[in-house]
Amino acid sequence: MHPTPSQTVGPFYGYALPFPQGGQIAPAGHDGALTVHGHVRDGAGEPVPDALLEIWQPAPDGSRAGAPGSLRRDGLTFTGFGRVSTGPDGRYVLRTLPPGGVPYLSVCVFARGLLHHLFTRVYLPDADLDSDALLAALESDRRSTLIAEPTAEHVYRFDIHLQGEKETVFLDFR
Amino acid sequence: MALSQQDISREIAERAEAAAAADATAAADTERLRHHPARDYAPYRSSLLRHPKQPLVTVRDPEAVELSGPVFGVSDVTELDADLTRQHLGEPLGERITVTGRILDRDGRPVRGQLVEIWQANASGRYLHQRDQHPAPLDANFTGVGRCLTDGEGGYRFTTIKPGAYPWRNHTNAWRPAHIHFSLFGTAFAQRLITQMYFPGDPLFPYDPILQSVTDAAARNRLVAAYEHELSAAEWSLGYRWDIVLDGPAATWTEEGR
Repeated sequence: MHPTPSQTVGPFYGYALPFPQGGQIAPAGHDGALTVHGHVRDGAGEPVPDALLEIWQPAPDGSRAGAPGSLRRDGLTFTGFGRVSTGPDGRYVLRTLPPGGVPYLSVCVFARGLLHHLFTRVYLPDADLDSDALLAALESDRRSTLIAEPTAEHVYRFDIHLQGEKETVFLDFR
Repeated sequence: MALSQQDISREIAERAEAAAAADATAAADTERLRHHPARDYAPYRSSLLRHPKQPLVTVRDPEAVELSGPVFGVSDVTELDADLTRQHLGEPLGERITVTGRILDRDGRPVRGQLVEIWQANASGRYLHQRDQHPAPLDANFTGVGRCLTDGEGGYRFTTIKPGAYPWRNHTNAWRPAHIHFSLFGTAFAQRLITQMYFPGDPLFPYDPILQSVTDAAARNRLVAAYEHELSAAEWSLGYRWDIVLDGPAATWTEEGR
């Protein structure tokens, strides 16, 4: 069957898709939580204030089964799914648990002007990244766009560049 | 100076012509381009600085995390979420409609128990959003946001109000055809889709660069719902049917009964 075409998220998703605590993937009171933050920027280097990021990842034990309760969180269950919109300055922040079995978080980028969403990955630098097939296939300057930079203990910075010199590597799944 | 509709229509025609020429020599690899819009579609001005210029990097890994997906359950939605006409004390203004259909994957398998989210303008073409400031009235009885989970056959169903057309600032006199935004999950993160459903026979179709960004006519038609008189309810609502097929890698696997 032929797929239904993608159409841009539009400028007014803001009251429909974001939900309370959408960026708080880590349950409350968890010692091992990590924070990922950064800016989404366009080809002119300007912040994108109307981007939406979705995050999907395995639990720390490597389980990918997920759990219901992402939209109406109980604050205790780890569901593996997060959704966060950028603020007026193009910045986002999310808190999650370290993914098990893989060294990355999967990210999907939506925005006004982006007719078809984009997939990427946030690799965490303390993991063994040398054995990762995707990273190994990339040239070093492009590879670095997928690796978060530690800015404090358990805090990582990951900027997404939709276009331009530091353009993030975006993925196509076949 | 702001671009006129003529400027934009000329660009739309050029892109359609280029796509038709490319189709004549199409290889299997470009097939996806016929179904989905290109990310750099200049008639839609917001796409200019927001599309990557480097080719996407292909991942062929059947064990990839992206081949599983988030799970949603009854705790994520309530009964009232699927009826956008009952979220306030009074009836919203406008033409009450029922929108229903099935979510399928590329092999025609129903996508069960997955989250469908919609958002839309009210009957006057105004969103309940601070940044929508054009002078059409808000409706105190309409928020324009709905959610449901697909049933055992992959079916979804919403009761809502037909949205109005509204102006946007892409160019002078730019008006969007009436549409409802849909956000869909499949059984894999890689099947994620955000798209728009349009209404049949809308005179604004040829002028809209967002709809025309899908350059293949058959693919574009798949974004238009069908009016179905049998779905209309006497003295109550008009019925539209719109089926959705999620894309995604061939390796995507559907668990029985999920």
